[in-house]
Amino acid sequence: MSDIAIHVNGLGKRYRIGSLHTSNYHTLRDSLVSLFQPREKQPNGHIWALRNISFDVKQGQVLGVVGRNGAGKSTLLKLLSRVTEPTEGEAEIRGRVGSLLEVGTGFHPELTGRENIYLNGAILGMKRAEIERKFAEIVEFAEVEKFIETPVKRYSSGMYLRLAFAVAAHLEPEILVVDEVLAVGDAEFQRKCLGKMGDVAREGRTVLFVSHNMSAVLRLTDETVVIDKGGLIMQAPTAEAVDFYLSRGFSQEGQRVWEADEVPFGTAPFRPRAVRVLNSQGKVVNTIRSVEENVIEIEYELSAPVTGLRVGIYLMSTRGEYVFTSFDTDDAAEFERMTVRPAGRYISRCTLPANLLNEGRFVIGVNASSYRVKRYFQDEQALTFTVDAAGAPGMHWPEARLGPVRPRLNWQIEAIQA
Amino acid sequence: MTATGSSRLTAADIQKGNMTVQSDSPVTLIRPPRGWQAINLRDLWLYRELVYFLTWRDIKVRYKQAVLGIGWAIIQPIVTMVVFTFIFNQFLDVKPDAGIPDDWYPIFAFAGLLPWQFFQGALQRASTSLVSNSNLLTKVYFPRLIIPSSAVAAGLVDFGFSFLIMIGLMIYFGVPFTLQMLWLPLFLMVALLTALAVGLWLSALNVQYRDVQHMVPFLLTIWMYVSPVVYPIDVINVSGFWKAVYALNPMVGVIQGFRWVLFGTNPPGWMFAISMTMVLLLLGSGLFYFRRMERTFADLI
Repeated sequence: MSDIAIHVNGLGKRYRIGSLHTSNYHTLRDSLVSLFQPREKQPNGHIWALRNISFDVKQGQVLGVVGRNGAGKSTLLKLLSRVTEPTEGEAEIRGRVGSLLEVGTGFHPELTGRENIYLNGAILGMKRAEIERKFAEIVEFAEVEKFIETPVKRYSSGMYLRLAFAVAAHLEPEILVVDEVLAVGDAEFQRKCLGKMGDVAREGRTVLFVSHNMSAVLRLTDETVVIDKGGLIMQAPTAEAVDFYLSRGFSQEGQRVWEADEVPFGTAPFRPRAVRVLNSQGKVVNTIRSVEENVIEIEYELSAPVTGLRVGIYLMSTRGEYVFTSFDTDDAAEFERMTVRPAGRYISRCTLPANLLNEGRFVIGVNASSYRVKRYFQDEQALTFTVDAAGAPGMHWPEARLGPVRPRLNWQIEAIQA
Repeated sequence: MTATGSSRLTAADIQKGNMTVQSDSPVTLIRPPRGWQAINLRDLWLYRELVYFLTWRDIKVRYKQAVLGIGWAIIQPIVTMVVFTFIFNQFLDVKPDAGIPDDWYPIFAFAGLLPWQFFQGALQRASTSLVSNSNLLTKVYFPRLIIPSSAVAAGLVDFGFSFLIMIGLMIYFGVPFTLQMLWLPLFLMVALLTALAVGLWLSALNVQYRDVQHMVPFLLTIWMYVSPVVYPIDVINVSGFWKAVYALNPMVGVIQGFRWVLFGTNPPGWMFAISMTMVLLLLGSGLFYFRRMERTFADLI
């Protein structure tokens, strides 16, 4: 069994409630006070952030890890990279582990690019000689040659991220544990990062890759585990696991409702209520017909007036490709009219025209933001629905049509020579 | 598959050609911690360069945006020495150790300030080191011991500059340079270990109880007055028992040692032995406590 790089057996991590999100530290006074309180008054709640996790990763395998926010992915990565220790179970790892739980860990704003490369490299576990050898390569990858002697606090955020990722990307551990680092930077940079990740995978190193970006997971990994509510639900070939993940947890009736405890911290004053897909009869449905007009609506509440708010959707294929993005105030006149949206309950509703989408499954993401001010809420995988293409153009040929859209275009066949 | 079964190659594996590149790679077992654990020396050794880089970062950052830069390392002990000389020597009539001329008080005070300011700075930085590096603790693994260690080590550069002033003062006051000075690194080492030992306790406690942050400046003020920084050790005119109690403060032995090394007064005797024992006790217990708390740092911080 020496080809197993990571063997996880019944791993679990328990946190004391309160130490997880709210008060991060105690004062001596708290401890003294609790000493004199009757036992039952002490908060003795514990939650399992992760429990009974078992899986194996073969040497050279790239394993994807997907799950919603708070499902326990980060805890798993923290355990495997030894940042924190498990409460039960065990894991066995053969080989040097490099973990990238964020880019730029330990970067110091006062230090120059050069100094930070050395510092960050050392923190990530690189030897000095190793950093020296790769220095030129790192600088080139980050495209910061001209600013290498400038303190990074003067870098643009893009440069900062490029440099941070460049150092991390040149780590050469046998096992690489990566969390969401690609969720940052512009599209061009993300492509570059993904390319680099692909190289790492092809070099035969073992990679554990956590991401919300389904197309990245599909592209880079062969097998994926799905984690939900602290448990491992499935380990399967990536295509199957991603499909399962995307269709799971979102109710099958064509609507997603956010209960109070599901709303992430810090979205106020925006409070999402629900997102729904309705067919031409106004019924909430899971499957819509592409030849009819359908409606997507977002219900939400504002606890205070918001200036410049836009609420909208992303539409994605289940392969993670974006089909379009649209906001309720895309119309300039409407945006003028709604400059300030007073507190209250709202529904933003849009109509999907007939003959727009191809058959298949689609994912709706929700975004509520004020341009250049604040992103209040975002859920890139709020709801999935299926499109049935019966009656759509070209259905007399029983073949799968490529592409996420299937418009009814106006074709004319003109004979130019009889 | 059992954990032990997979952790080593069997002869059969090798015969089957299953031996891979990774067969000689380190195997890391991750399991719930149980009781007291030994210091992981292998990891400390693997990450030794990180001590250097973190120390270097602390020094670099400390002086980067200060106009006077490293000048602060020189100004602080000199100004303190001048103030002490006026207040304690001129007005309160505190005399240096017997055998040192009265007008040598400035250099006498400086010889005490030299290890004291090093200790003070090192302990201050060490006690807040874990909390101020919380971003590292929650994101990367490395032996946590490295953080307070490099905070203590960063004080050595300041010490170096102060020591240069010391040499200048010795020339100015005509203090002879002797072979005894070769003992100086030993006493510096004791000051360093004391700072590290107390720093281990305080930094780990600070993760859980931020009260420590408020306590340290206060603790250091008291500590300075129970160390012979401004006065000679002779003024502690008490019975042998109380002298032994006084010597429980390791800085007593350190400062006494510095003055012996530089001026040839009061050689460190049984009191230094008590100081040394105390350092070792503090260091041993500090290491154990730190090691025990280490695993919860990332969850508590």
